[in-house]
Amino acid sequence: MRHVLSILVENEPGVLSRVAGLFSGRGFNIESLNVGPTLDPTVSHMTIVTIGDDQIIEQIIKQLHKIISVIKVVDLSEEQAVEREIVLVKVGAEDSKRAEVLRIVDIFRCKVVDVSVDELTVEITGDKNKIKAIVTLLQRFGIKEFARSGPIAMRRSMQLAD
Amino acid sequence: MVRTGAQILLECLQREGVDLIFGFPGGAVIDIYDELPNHPIRHILVRHEQGAVHAADGYARASGKVGVCLVTSGPGATNTVTGIATAYMDSVPLVIFTGQVPTQLIGNDAFQEADIVGITRPCTKHNYLVKDVRQLAFTVKQAFYLARTGRPGPVLVDLPKDVIRATAEFHYPESMSMRSYNPRYSPNRKQLRRAAELIAASSRPVVYAGGGVIAADGAGELTRLARDYRLPVTTTLMGLGAFPGTDPLWLGMLGMHGTYTANMAINNADLLISIGARFDDRVTGRVDAFAPQAKIIHFDIDPTSISKNVGVDVPIVADCRQGLVGLMEELARVSGVDWQGKHAAWLAELAAMQREHPLTYASSGEHIKPQWVVEKIYEITQGEAIITTEVGQNQMWAAQFYRYTRPRTFLSSGGLGTMGYGFPAAIGAQLAFPDRLVVDIAGDGSIQMNIQELATAVSYQIPVKVVILNNGYLGMVRQWQELFYNKNYCATCLHTNPDFVALAKAYGAEGFRVERIEDVEPVLRKAFAHPGPVFVDVRVEPEENVAPMVPAGAALSEMLLV
Repeated sequence: MRHVLSILVENEPGVLSRVAGLFSGRGFNIESLNVGPTLDPTVSHMTIVTIGDDQIIEQIIKQLHKIISVIKVVDLSEEQAVEREIVLVKVGAEDSKRAEVLRIVDIFRCKVVDVSVDELTVEITGDKNKIKAIVTLLQRFGIKEFARSGPIAMRRSMQLAD
Repeated sequence: MVRTGAQILLECLQREGVDLIFGFPGGAVIDIYDELPNHPIRHILVRHEQGAVHAADGYARASGKVGVCLVTSGPGATNTVTGIATAYMDSVPLVIFTGQVPTQLIGNDAFQEADIVGITRPCTKHNYLVKDVRQLAFTVKQAFYLARTGRPGPVLVDLPKDVIRATAEFHYPESMSMRSYNPRYSPNRKQLRRAAELIAASSRPVVYAGGGVIAADGAGELTRLARDYRLPVTTTLMGLGAFPGTDPLWLGMLGMHGTYTANMAINNADLLISIGARFDDRVTGRVDAFAPQAKIIHFDIDPTSISKNVGVDVPIVADCRQGLVGLMEELARVSGVDWQGKHAAWLAELAAMQREHPLTYASSGEHIKPQWVVEKIYEITQGEAIITTEVGQNQMWAAQFYRYTRPRTFLSSGGLGTMGYGFPAAIGAQLAFPDRLVVDIAGDGSIQMNIQELATAVSYQIPVKVVILNNGYLGMVRQWQELFYNKNYCATCLHTNPDFVALAKAYGAEGFRVERIEDVEPVLRKAFAHPGPVFVDVRVEPEENVAPMVPAGAALSEMLLV
């Protein structure tokens, strides 16, 4: 099962290597990994998407806690969480295709962030389903370049009972 | 007061109570060596950095204190890696100081540069590169704090040459706390109560204890628990000495070369009380057939060890000693149980098994049996020696045929299985206890992996005794080749061993050779009475096997008794 782990770490050299090395050394999967500073300059925030059964996820969380530089680990999959990812996609948009591409961009409430005669670069923000949908639609126009950030996530303020 | 990095480092070591370090100098640490004579710290010059780490490890395991090493950059640092990995696998508290090229040269492929922090990241509990001399004292304090608290382990501190030479005010922190590191020592009461209830309800309980009991200084508590509540005890290799090997409740070691009784006890148990052990593959055999009928209680200070390999019913994260104390408090509250009679049938069953299938070996004809040599060492030392081992058959026979009655008297590389560990570890243990007899039970293969430390033993007159069970083979691998690879003895025959007696003498140590059965005891006695380091080269039965044996990947119940 897919799990999104939100991790607070000490902002110090080598910490990314400690976390990444744990996954490679113990044969765990990383689907995506995302790091950035927090409002506290001594702390960084990582979001890791990983796949495994319950026993493996339990081991991953315990092993992450064991890393001395790791302050906190939350498995957001167990909570109601918002998840967002950003994608930049450069898509072929010659004269005849242009209107169609722009229409899809509009329907999905995406943004065009760069334009040329025959290409458009689109910024997509959303969860993985939205991204999958629009990328599927854009593919027939010819995707020239593609970059995605990997998701970041946050626990919802209101945890509604099932 | 303003001091240099070197002065700060050595001052910190004194504050941490370090009076002995193992090391080897080099260009990057020469400033520390320049300062060393001004401090009351004894330095043992080894002959290879791996020896320094194993010696510090032996010192730490025997004494319970933190072992300390000092080596130079590049090859000095990389030579420590096997020693560090050994200590990491067996949870031994060490602090390793490595020299590093000056900060402005780091990343430049400078002379004797190695990214030792990167290299040792997966085999240290934590490691540091000190980039500012003002951080040095704090880092050293934290390194010792991490090494000795929680699940102990090796911590490496990399010291660039310019940091060692720079100056700063010296402030040593009085105490240490970290927001990201808070090991749990005290057990959860509710879980202890559940454990006590399970023990009261069980009819076939077994205690399975490991090195965690020794690391937590909980051997006394373990012994009390077992005796008061009549619980049979088996331990892992790492747990030998945590429970008296002479006690009637002792079943022997379990696992691949464990006793028949210990393994069958696990197989038939209805309750397993695991204390400071980690369900290693050499212990469990085939995991899905391990303790198939048992509920499992697991005490461990490291949450990652719990339910890692085998699912557990009652997990208890705690220091093993505190866990044992808490468990006994809860057991004392259980009323209406006749503990003396409760497990009598089970204990009788196990005792019968022990009589029927003791550890044994075919009596010798002309050859000296290695097991018998270990029994003789036990007899002569009356179980009072500190025994270290190398890895392989020598290690297993030392585990099987010597009875350990006290913790910290059996020092062996259990997790990593490092050949070449025993001799330098014996040197470290001997320095921790100058008045005790320290014996390395070695093989002719293993001893050659760190034989250069003979020079260390001789130059400081460290009177360790090395008994080489010399069978002319890499015996354990040969045994596997015999049993599982059609006797294809590829690369396991050591036909060109050196003359170990002449070698010992060349280094300035004493050496004896034993080739006849009747000479074993007198020569061992003579060797143990010798005031300096001794090698005893005992020519044993060349193709003797370690038995019994659970083949790799088989269930404990599928033991081969031969």
